[in-house]
Amino acid sequence: MEAMETQPRLVNAGDRLELGPETATLEGKNKVLGFWVFLGGECALFASLFATYLTLRGHTLNGPTAHELFHLPIIGLATILLLTSSLTGVLGINAMHRGNLGSLLRWLGVTVLLGLGFLAVQVVEFITYAGEGFGFGTSAFSSAFFTLVGFHGGHVAFGVIWISILMLQLRRSGITPRKAPKVFIASLYWHFVDVVWVFIFTVVYLMGILGIS
Amino acid sequence: MAKPLEEVLSHHVHTVEAPHKRHWLLDYLSTVDHKKIGIMYVLIGVFYLLVGGVEALLMRIQLFVPNNQFVSYPTFNELFTMHGTNMIFFAAMPLIFGLVNLIMPVQIGARDVAFPFMNAVSLWFTFVGALLVNISWFFGPAPSAGWFAYTPIGLDKYTPGTGMDFYVIGLQIAGFGSLMGAINFIATILNMRAPGMTLLRMPLFTWTSLVTSGLIVFGFPPLTVGLFLYMFERLFGGHFFDATMGGNPLLWTHLFWIFGHPEVYIVVLPAFGMISEVVATFSRKRIFGYTSMVIATVLIGFIGFMVWVHHMFTVGLGAMANSIFAISTMLIGIPTGMKVFNWLFTMWGGQIRFKPPMMFALGFLPTFVIGGFTGVMLAAAPADFQYHGSYFVVAHFHYTLIGGVVFGFFAGLYYWFPKITGRMMSEVLGHINFWLMFIGFHLTFFPMHLAGLFGMPRRVPTYNPGMGLEIWNQLSTIGAFIMGVSMIVFAANVVYAFTKGKVAGADPWDARTLEWAVPSPIPEYNFAQTPLVRGLDPLWIAKEEGSTVPAAEPLGPIHMPSNSFLPLVMAVGLFIAGFAAIYHRLFFIVLGLEVIALAMFYHSLNDDEGHHILPEESTRVREVRA
Repeated sequence: MEAMETQPRLVNAGDRLELGPETATLEGKNKVLGFWVFLGGECALFASLFATYLTLRGHTLNGPTAHELFHLPIIGLATILLLTSSLTGVLGINAMHRGNLGSLLRWLGVTVLLGLGFLAVQVVEFITYAGEGFGFGTSAFSSAFFTLVGFHGGHVAFGVIWISILMLQLRRSGITPRKAPKVFIASLYWHFVDVVWVFIFTVVYLMGILGIS
Repeated sequence: MAKPLEEVLSHHVHTVEAPHKRHWLLDYLSTVDHKKIGIMYVLIGVFYLLVGGVEALLMRIQLFVPNNQFVSYPTFNELFTMHGTNMIFFAAMPLIFGLVNLIMPVQIGARDVAFPFMNAVSLWFTFVGALLVNISWFFGPAPSAGWFAYTPIGLDKYTPGTGMDFYVIGLQIAGFGSLMGAINFIATILNMRAPGMTLLRMPLFTWTSLVTSGLIVFGFPPLTVGLFLYMFERLFGGHFFDATMGGNPLLWTHLFWIFGHPEVYIVVLPAFGMISEVVATFSRKRIFGYTSMVIATVLIGFIGFMVWVHHMFTVGLGAMANSIFAISTMLIGIPTGMKVFNWLFTMWGGQIRFKPPMMFALGFLPTFVIGGFTGVMLAAAPADFQYHGSYFVVAHFHYTLIGGVVFGFFAGLYYWFPKITGRMMSEVLGHINFWLMFIGFHLTFFPMHLAGLFGMPRRVPTYNPGMGLEIWNQLSTIGAFIMGVSMIVFAANVVYAFTKGKVAGADPWDARTLEWAVPSPIPEYNFAQTPLVRGLDPLWIAKEEGSTVPAAEPLGPIHMPSNSFLPLVMAVGLFIAGFAAIYHRLFFIVLGLEVIALAMFYHSLNDDEGHHILPEESTRVREVRA
């Protein structure tokens, strides 16, 4: 038999999480840890979508090709909007750690606005493509493109709604040990969506414009 | 002083459910208690085990004689598709999730799972997903492209009608449930272990639950993507798999098996965990080679992801790809062999008690090993060109899945039944159940190896007379019916336990792990005081000292989450949206999604802090059940 142990010691993953109000409770630690695991699953999800896109992107069936469609300026604008929103998200979390509710709400508001701006650019982009005869069912390439980029856009839209609802809750109750983990995991989600966009920007748009196959 | 069980139970329900007392049905529909959720998972699993079993029996009747016309050939396609789909997704998965939910949190000394509300959402998503796939029988054709739904066969062009749409959307919903369940288990195991329970003091069932959950987290998203693509292709005019439109049918096969191969380990690893618990308890020995068991579990999980292409040896990926995947497949035999030898060494020199759980564990060993042997045979890519698509493959995977999952699950269920219900099952009926199942199983599936080697292809609805296939098919059919009878004996045993079964007490098997330190059935809050863990098998350590498991905290009020109907509402919303998508009813799609969105919105704004169970109450429950 193993030696007797009289003092309990730190054994759980959450015991080692010392972030701020978001991990003050067991519930908060669970949320943060569980959400990291979820993001692991999201990585597998987007990896599968990227694999699908890379398999099918050359299969244009006489339809428009990536090289003909994509324009760097509009994609660059979308990228700037989204990456900046990750920064404002961080500034919001910093405000939360300082306990500054007003500053937190303002930064989250800016984040939401930047997210909406990104979505607006994407809508314009998709409408432009549709005008050029590039719809969801045009070719295997178009289906894969709209699925990958659309999934990401759907994630952005979900994040915008999520953070907006959190702002409502924060306005009602302030920064509490119950709300803080929710804000924190929403910011994790938002950063993740940003990181995925970096890959989309590279693999879909840059490689498409440059004609790398 | 022991009191009759009924009195104890009624007492328990009356006071612990304090906030408001509900009818038992409403209580179950709104529960967030991991034990009740676990019981419902097990019920779903057993139900679809029976549905899948009846589908199997119908196929075996069809194959009893050559050129039989018992079912039409399209119906046969539906039968084998639904049999596979039900058994893998709606029998094996819920049975595993059920026992993990019931036992794992108690084994690690936790009061609950990490996300009780999400746990209920997982359950109800699984429930409506299974329902959606199975009601396809009543709405036009059932799915008929196999449980793997290979493209292009499963596409509109070759499988018209709504059958595959039910499959795609139903699995998607159930898959969401599984993913959330896995995240819940991982957070629970990593974050909520009792003080002193280091990772290398976790019971092996908990370890296998952890690795299985990891496989689900990385294995299900590829399936999710595959199913989305399938849905977009079948319902919304996308092109992913149809080669005439530039798609690639192998894309689906890859995405499916990147999920599908780990899925085999997702269902079999927890069964390994159950076997480990049962073998140790009924040999009255510490599990042999505990650390190597943990390493083997992790290795199996890891290698399980590297081998999916062995399902595709004959599609023409080339000798190099085939060699790599052949070797990685055979590598799985090494950690699995470690496990088998550790079980044997645990029994060696132990005081073995041949109770029903141990019988199923003993039946599991040779059966699963035979499945492993044929697995290595199939993993040899050149030989696979001969075996693939034959009944040999059918025999192989039933040896692993029934030999592994079903025998493992029955070992676990007979083992934990007293803990879950507070009642003992009949040992005589348990032995009859085991022997009928063991004999019936081998009579059904051993001849299939031979039928396959003699040229019987899988998925065919009939065969010609005079080919030497009659005798093997007839033996298989007789064996299948013996297995069917064993299930009836099992049902009888459950009825016996609830009507005449002895009251179990906390520790009827003289077991080793923490779940046997709490009363049977387990109180709502699991532990009145969080236990202090001082090594592997904490209960056994305490019993050797002649004491009880020490507590890590003073007796105090226990925080419990509140019941909620929202998980059920969300699942119903998803059911409506899914059903409407199959029939292209935009209004109802939007309606269903709105129901989910509103439920989520309400849940997020509703700051329900739960309630507390007071120390007087937990002390009293412990005393009356002792």
